[in-house]
Amino acid sequence: MWHTLQTALTPYILSPLTVLLCLLAAAGWVLGARRLARQGRAPSVWRTLSFFTGLLLCYAVIHTQFDYYARYMFFMHRIQHLVLHHLGAFLIALANPLPVLAAVAGDRRFPRLARAFAPLRRILFDPVVATVLFVGLIFFWLWPSVHFDAMLSLRLYELMNWSMLIDGVIFWLVILDPRDPRQARTSGFGVRFLMLVAALFPQILLGAYITFSEPGLYDVYAICGRAWPLSPATDQVLGGVLTWIPPAMMTILGALVVLRYYLNYEQQGD
Amino acid sequence: MRIPGVLIALFAVLLVGCGESRVDFHGKDITGVMDDLSFTLTDENGDRVSESIVDGKAVVLFFGYTHCPDYCPMTLTLLAQAMNTLSEQQREQLRVLFISVDPERDTPALLKEYTAYFGPEVIGLTGSKEQLDDVTKRYRTAYGYGDKDEQGNYEVSHGLAMYGFDKRGQVRLLMRNDQPVEQVADDLRALIDL
Repeated sequence: MWHTLQTALTPYILSPLTVLLCLLAAAGWVLGARRLARQGRAPSVWRTLSFFTGLLLCYAVIHTQFDYYARYMFFMHRIQHLVLHHLGAFLIALANPLPVLAAVAGDRRFPRLARAFAPLRRILFDPVVATVLFVGLIFFWLWPSVHFDAMLSLRLYELMNWSMLIDGVIFWLVILDPRDPRQARTSGFGVRFLMLVAALFPQILLGAYITFSEPGLYDVYAICGRAWPLSPATDQVLGGVLTWIPPAMMTILGALVVLRYYLNYEQQGD
Repeated sequence: MRIPGVLIALFAVLLVGCGESRVDFHGKDITGVMDDLSFTLTDENGDRVSESIVDGKAVVLFFGYTHCPDYCPMTLTLLAQAMNTLSEQQREQLRVLFISVDPERDTPALLKEYTAYFGPEVIGLTGSKEQLDDVTKRYRTAYGYGDKDEQGNYEVSHGLAMYGFDKRGQVRLLMRNDQPVEQVADDLRALIDL
């Protein structure tokens, strides 16, 4: 039992970068939350739970034995990206982590750093850019020739996964920002609805395209061998459905959260 | 799609690094994408061997199993046909490594008998699970076993790629078994000349 667990948790290919970034994120939250608690502004248990569940899920799909299956089965790869780009990123963003992570700095301010990063942040958090990047990255990494290279090259593979996670978190941070848009001057709730709708349909189309295409769209899994003998057609259909339906459900979930915020602030406004 | 093209080119530059001599393969150039040739396995005589058995020769590496009904015999036949178009001198500079990922059934003796069909340049290898895991991980390939039927037969999933290494043991080329014989022969010649 212990041995099985140990095997399951051992990363298929050790990535120091992944360990470092995950530890930094976890340590950042713990430190920031303690600083905030001293000021009586501790994040709620739910936020903490959401953050760590999201982080753990992402870690689990890229740095355990799961990663082996994600490299050698198309549909497992789609589950991996579902967690990185949708579920895990969604939970991390739902925890509203930026104020907590910013609290790590305490009273120190870094005006020069903030100024340097302000334009980048403005661009990445722009609703149009965030949506185009969100959908664009899904299409980019699923472009068959790009996908082929990413599965062969360790560096490209790592770049693929981290770009999906970071982009997912940014997109969901824009969607799930809990502040009143009128005061915080963030994207309005209507804009966020439009973002979700704009992201929804291309994903549905792509998922359906993969599902109904001739088998062999992603032949890298045949070239490199599958983790177990599963027919390429089944693998592709499963992968297509996983690209199609769960992301669409996450979009609805996002819309429900936005709706809740909207109703909250509407009531306050009255 | 122009943008991915530009990005791939950028990544390719990052991946490939500099100073490599460039060749135009029909197959996919994977110079620098994977590690140099290295393994510890058991050969057809039951001896423990390493990559030093092919020192100074160009190598085509292929994973499979002797009970394979389709891909392995097809691929080895394709390689044998391509090698028939090479001169004897060229053939002497090339070795084909057939690594069986089914050590339970593929004994050294069976491997010896099997590879003999495809020519003297073909060397059969296999190993323990740890040894096979090590070499398959190195070349980004996986294998797995299906359920046994009543006769104890089972299917084995394995990669279909042929990996080409130059004489220094550097990975250069990824060929697929749907490449025509002439193209495979061209690529083998290019590999030998590197």
